[in-house]
Amino acid sequence: MLELKNISFGVSDESAQKEILKDISLVIEDNQFIVVTGPNGGGKSTLARVIAGIEKPTSGRIILDGQDITEMNVTERAKAGISFAFQQPVRFKGVTVLDLIRLAVGEKISVSGACEYLSEVGLCARDYINREVNASLSGGELKRIEIATVLARSTKVSVFDEPEAGIDLWSFNNLIRVFEKMHDSIRGSIMIISHQERILNIADKIVVIADGQISAEGRREDILPELLNNTEAGDCKFYQKEC
Amino acid sequence: MELDAIQQQLLEAVAGLHKIPTGAYNIRANGMTAGRQSTEHIEIVPKDDGSGIDIIIKPGTKNESVHMPVVLSQSGLSEVVYNDFHIGDDCDVTIIAGCGIHNGGDESSRHDGIHRFFIGKNAKIKYVEKHYGSGDGKGTRIMNPQTIVHMEEGSYMEMDTVQIKGVDSTERLTEADLKDGAKLVVMERLMTHGTQSAVSEFRVDLNGVDSGANIVSRSVARDDSSQVFISKINGNNKCNGHSECDAIIMDNAKISAVPEITANNPDSALIHEAAIGKIAGDQIIKLMTLGLTEAEAEEQIVNGFLK
Repeated sequence: MLELKNISFGVSDESAQKEILKDISLVIEDNQFIVVTGPNGGGKSTLARVIAGIEKPTSGRIILDGQDITEMNVTERAKAGISFAFQQPVRFKGVTVLDLIRLAVGEKISVSGACEYLSEVGLCARDYINREVNASLSGGELKRIEIATVLARSTKVSVFDEPEAGIDLWSFNNLIRVFEKMHDSIRGSIMIISHQERILNIADKIVVIADGQISAEGRREDILPELLNNTEAGDCKFYQKEC
Repeated sequence: MELDAIQQQLLEAVAGLHKIPTGAYNIRANGMTAGRQSTEHIEIVPKDDGSGIDIIIKPGTKNESVHMPVVLSQSGLSEVVYNDFHIGDDCDVTIIAGCGIHNGGDESSRHDGIHRFFIGKNAKIKYVEKHYGSGDGKGTRIMNPQTIVHMEEGSYMEMDTVQIKGVDSTERLTEADLKDGAKLVVMERLMTHGTQSAVSEFRVDLNGVDSGANIVSRSVARDDSSQVFISKINGNNKCNGHSECDAIIMDNAKISAVPEITANNPDSALIHEAAIGKIAGDQIIKLMTLGLTEAEAEEQIVNGFLK
């Protein structure tokens, strides 16, 4: 179980202090699939980065299975059981897909073992395993490799920052299937930041973050209809069926 | 001549050799010939003036290799060696050269190897060169290799050079001239650390119709080391030339990349690319989210980059 207790995060520039997260408290239960949504600039990605340890909260505590991990750095949190899929996957010259999956697993697994993770994200493993994780891969391919690295870690908590961002329709349909499968065979807690109705549709719980605060939170059945109504009213535009 | 343990270690580092190789070879240790073998198609003969050797590969020789390692373990030794490779038409051979210096003393050890290649028509060669230094003496380890390549019509050369560890000072020069349809592909990998300095210069003349060159250098400079990469490609005919220098800079290192392309013919297509930068912060963070420490992440990124 991951608990966020009164998390705030602010940045200051020369002129002013800006609060990006304001007193957010949230519980992600074991084997729960939660989707965090809300308007752009509302603080969702920052929250994910705070969980991964990339950003340190200004105040508040983060508790993983009863252990306070607030002061842990990115490496320590990864070891404690947190995985994070970047919104914009990082490219590496010379590092192959196989290298990256082996680093994720933490041991030198066999090529066929690594291929299984690629197959899970809908990539034909044979074509990819020895490719470099560089600019020769498309956005959709990189995104799926990024997700494969998180699957390969199979940690207690997995956080995905907008997995659908920047990928084409074809890849998107594959991606939805990956998450549907993940939901069906869940081991651990999954948090996905997303604007997509099809991802919201498979959530156990939906959390809406706007202006750095939780504006709504609850079971999918309760939250989703309300959000869709709002969309029709033109209040928010994050549920339009883009795909 | 028997090789001692240090020399054997150097031999393994530069040529991947645990024992005497099969095929043609010439092993040079502390300025002396430690072993030499010619084969039916590849003849290795010393030059009359003792300045080096000639490697004569008969036309049509296929799938054979030549090993040419040099090891220096005597502090203070300085040598210049001229090796000429005469590669006949239609050959397809691999040449593995390399130099390892172990300097446990206080005087400089230096090896300047000048390799000239005369590559026959439609011949294909792969040339692999590794440089390595070890030893904790105060004496510096210096290598100044020169590679001069003359390529006949339709010939192809792939040159793969690696200098990752232990060479204090290097000035490398690679010159090539290419006739019609000849192609040169170079992959250079270089890492400097401590107070090392390295200069690598390429001069390529694309003289023939449809000749081409692709020169790629990947380097990492750490600590207080310095590197200079110079590549000059002259397009003198309808040709394709590309040079790329991609460097990671760390700590207090210094790197210069000086690409120069000159088109002397309107049908020359020449491109140069040069980029120097630190390891991207995102790359380190990504690997940290996989459980690596910052130092481990850096090491993985550098290893991958130079692989």
